[in-house]
Amino acid sequence: MELDALTKLNAARRSRRAAVVVTDLANDQVEVILEGEPVSGLLGEETAKAFRSGKAGTVELEGQSLFLNVHLPPPRIVVIGAVHISQALARLAPVAGYDLTIIDPRTAFATEERFEGVELIADWPEDVLKDHPLDAYTALAAVTHDPKIDDFPLSEALRVGCFYVGALGSRKTHAKRVERLKELGRTDNEIGRIAAPIGLDIGAASPAEIALATLAQIVQAFRRRDLVTVG
Amino acid sequence: MTVSEILDPLQTAESWKQAGRNVAIATVIETWGSAPRPTGSHLVIDSEGNFEGSVSGGCVEGAVITEALDVIESGAPKMLEFGVADETAWRVGLSCGGRIRVYVERLG
Repeated sequence: MELDALTKLNAARRSRRAAVVVTDLANDQVEVILEGEPVSGLLGEETAKAFRSGKAGTVELEGQSLFLNVHLPPPRIVVIGAVHISQALARLAPVAGYDLTIIDPRTAFATEERFEGVELIADWPEDVLKDHPLDAYTALAAVTHDPKIDDFPLSEALRVGCFYVGALGSRKTHAKRVERLKELGRTDNEIGRIAAPIGLDIGAASPAEIALATLAQIVQAFRRRDLVTVG
Repeated sequence: MTVSEILDPLQTAESWKQAGRNVAIATVIETWGSAPRPTGSHLVIDSEGNFEGSVSGGCVEGAVITEALDVIESGAPKMLEFGVADETAWRVGLSCGGRIRVYVERLG
């Protein structure tokens, strides 16, 4: 592989663009194909298949043995609320390979000092999500406890099919939230997808432990979802 | 560098190469049975034997690194195969009972 090809691949991965690396195992020729780039013939069909499945593998094409490695955008986490749990989650997520963005309009919480080196947007989710829309590769965790801040992004995450939607709060808090989300037009099925109380049940007590339980639940949602949808 | 960049072997390979180091990339091409790392996983190695990433759970990395030094030297890619039954061919194997094929190429 040439450095140019690797640079192109890494640039695509950084900008959340899917890429397939095609290696001819007989002569070490490497081609990097970005999603949306035109590829004709049988190779075009195989790369399209690889983008859909996300699975790497070897294909035999016209006597050539080609290895197709797929790089899909890494799943990312959007956290609503610059709270204590978010400070821990912002440290844990990169270790697991997840990009993370925090949104909180309360400037007392959303400070550089509390979130050094973290992508932090001190604005209302309604405004932020216009420019940074949620998608199927995104997990949304709403942790402010404040319906004025949490409800809109929760509704939006369910509407666009985020692979994970979690909300902090007791069962009683959540029951009230369910009623409000119905008023926002969400169906019972959609609302049933919300992980609440948030996080896997590992007996988490401290903010850092709740962050760990939430991250584990996000990983579970992503990996289990893959097994169902890929194939 | 952020934590995710440090843990990203392809990002590491690019910055090593740009810093003038000689680099090989090892990739899991195929797996059979119980294999610790899926097809497409990377281990990157420089000519000093420094490495990032993984192609197994630590079982065969040592052998891959040794072969990678050859690949860096010669420029010719190699296909390696490891498995529990391969003890005559390789001194290392996969204790999990699986088999893997690993392609090692020089970063040009």
